[in-house]
Amino acid sequence: MPQRMRFDAPLPLRSGASIAGYELVYETYGSLNADRSNAVLVCHALNAGHHVAGVYADHPEDVGWWDNMVGPGKPVDTDRFFVVGVNNLGSCFGSTGPMSTNPATGKPYGPDFPVVTVEDWVHAQARLADALGIERFAAVMGGSLGGMQALAWTTLYPMRIAHCVAVATAPKLSAQNIAFNEVARRAIITDPEFHGGRFYDHGVVPARGLQVARMIGHITYLSDDAMGEKFGRALRRHVTDTVLRNDYRFTFDVEFEIESYLRHQGEKFSTYFDANTYLLITRALDYFDPALAHGGDLARALAPALADFLLVSFTTDWRFAPERSREIVEALLANERRVTYAEIDAPHGHDAFLLDSPQYMAVMRSWFERIDACVRTQRSGR
Amino acid sequence: MNGLRPDLALIADWVAPRSQVLDLACGDGALLAHLQTTKGCRGYGVEINDAQVLACVRAGVDVIQQDIEAGLGMFHAPSFDVVVLSMAIQMTHQTERVLREMSEVGSEGIVSLPNFGHWSHAWSILRGRMPVSRELPYEWFDTPNLHMSTVRDFEAFLHRLGLTITGRAFLKNGRPVGRLPGLRSTQAIYRFRRG
Repeated sequence: MPQRMRFDAPLPLRSGASIAGYELVYETYGSLNADRSNAVLVCHALNAGHHVAGVYADHPEDVGWWDNMVGPGKPVDTDRFFVVGVNNLGSCFGSTGPMSTNPATGKPYGPDFPVVTVEDWVHAQARLADALGIERFAAVMGGSLGGMQALAWTTLYPMRIAHCVAVATAPKLSAQNIAFNEVARRAIITDPEFHGGRFYDHGVVPARGLQVARMIGHITYLSDDAMGEKFGRALRRHVTDTVLRNDYRFTFDVEFEIESYLRHQGEKFSTYFDANTYLLITRALDYFDPALAHGGDLARALAPALADFLLVSFTTDWRFAPERSREIVEALLANERRVTYAEIDAPHGHDAFLLDSPQYMAVMRSWFERIDACVRTQRSGR
Repeated sequence: MNGLRPDLALIADWVAPRSQVLDLACGDGALLAHLQTTKGCRGYGVEINDAQVLACVRAGVDVIQQDIEAGLGMFHAPSFDVVVLSMAIQMTHQTERVLREMSEVGSEGIVSLPNFGHWSHAWSILRGRMPVSRELPYEWFDTPNLHMSTVRDFEAFLHRLGLTITGRAFLKNGRPVGRLPGLRSTQAIYRFRRG
C-alpha cells in the first residue's frame, strides 16, 4: 500500500529555487534485513510512479508498472530484496506536484511549481532513504528516465549505491529527443484550455494538448516494425459497418487502426495525467546531461562512481538507442569500473524495457542473483 | 583439475597475477572467472551470443555484448595488460583488423587457434574429403570458420603485422606437443607484443 513521508526541511533545487514541506508517496515490497543491506530503489520514468509491483486489494486491476520484473520469485525477487518504489517530486500520482496546494497561495502550484531535475529527484530519494534507515542501496534501478536517475545516484551518492541497473537509457537526450519533447509541450501549452498552466482555476483540462503529447510519445516508444506488425495499414472497422471494408471512407475521421490506437491512448492518458507534470518531466529529461559540467567528458562526469553497473539496451529502441547505452559503457570502461552490457534483440522498440523478452528477464534475474550473493557475503563477513 | 579447456589453462598460466584482461569472444567467461578467482585479475569479456552473455553474468564475469568485428574503439581508454582471443580468430571476417586492434588495445596479445596443418587434415584432403576433427568439428557447408591457417601461416601473419612473438605452445587433443608441432599439433597458442 502507498505510504507518505513528509519533509519539512527545504530541498535546494538545481535551478536555485527550493521546495519545503513536500511529501513523497512510496511503496515498499519485501522486508529490510537486519543490517539494512538488501534495499533496492526503483526509479520511474515519465508515466509511472510508486506503484511498481503487485495489485491493490481494493483495485485488483491496478497492476504495478514493473510487476513483471519485481515481486516474489520475479527477477528482482522481493523474497530476498526490500524494494522501494517512490513517486518523484512534480508528479501527478501523489507526491507533491503542480496539482498540490502551494502553501504560499492556498491554491494549486500549477505553473509555479519549481522546475525539477533528475539530480533534484535523486536528492529527494536520498532523503527518503535516510528516513527509511537505508544507508546504502544494494541496487538502484530504472528504465529510460528512471535509468538516468540510477546513473545520477552513482555520482551524487557513490557510497550509497552498490549496483546501478540502467535500462534503455541515455547519458543525455539528443536534439531529436528534445525536439519530440518540445512538440509535446507545445501541444499542451497552445491548447486554449491550458490557461498558462492555471487550468485548475477554470475547471478544465488541456485534454487535446495532452492527447497529442501522448500520441507523439507513443510513436517514439514503438519501433517501425512493431507498429507495422501490430497495425500495418489495417482499416478501422466502424460500428456502422456490417461487412469488412476494403475501401477508404475519404474523410479525416479515424481511417486506419493505428489512428484509432493513438487516439485511444491519448484520450486515456488525458483523463489521468496532469499537463503541468508532463511539462516538468519532459524538461527533466531535456536537462539531464551529467557531462555538461565536465566539458562534455562523460568519463570524467562518472569518475566519482563506485558502483558495479549493468546497462541494458534494446536493438529496436530508437528513442534511447543502443549507441546511447554504449556511450555510458565506454565512459565506465575508461574509468575501469565494473560494467556489464547486454544488448537485447527485441522487436518492440523503447517499450521493450517494460515487456518480457526471455533474454532480458534472464539477464536481470542473474544480475540480481549476483547482487543477492554480494548482500549475503557481506552479511556473513561481519 | 579446474575443468578449464586446455588452451585456456595454458593461456591462464601466461597471465600474470592482478593483470587487467580483455577476453574477446569470451564465450561463457570461463577464462576470466578462473583468472578472477585464482590470480586476482580484473577485466571484461566481449561476446555477441545471448546464451554466452547470460553464462558470463551467471559466472560473475563482466561482459560487454558486442561483435568484436564492430571494432574495439570502446576499449581504447582502459589499459589492458593482456588481450585474449581464444579459438575464435578462424571465425573472423576481418582477421587482420581484429589482430591489429588487439595489439593496440593491450600490451600483450594471446591467441589460440586450430592448426589446419595437422597431418590428419592433409590426409583427409588427400583422400578427397574436407577435414572434420575435434578442433574443426564442422562439415564444409555449415562451418562458421572462415580463415583457417597453419602454424607457419599464422607466424608469418604476426610477423607481417609487425608483432613480435614472445611465446608459443602447441597442443594435440589437449596435450602438449614437442617435436614437429606444425604437423602434430591440433591447436596452437601464441603470445605477442608490438614491435
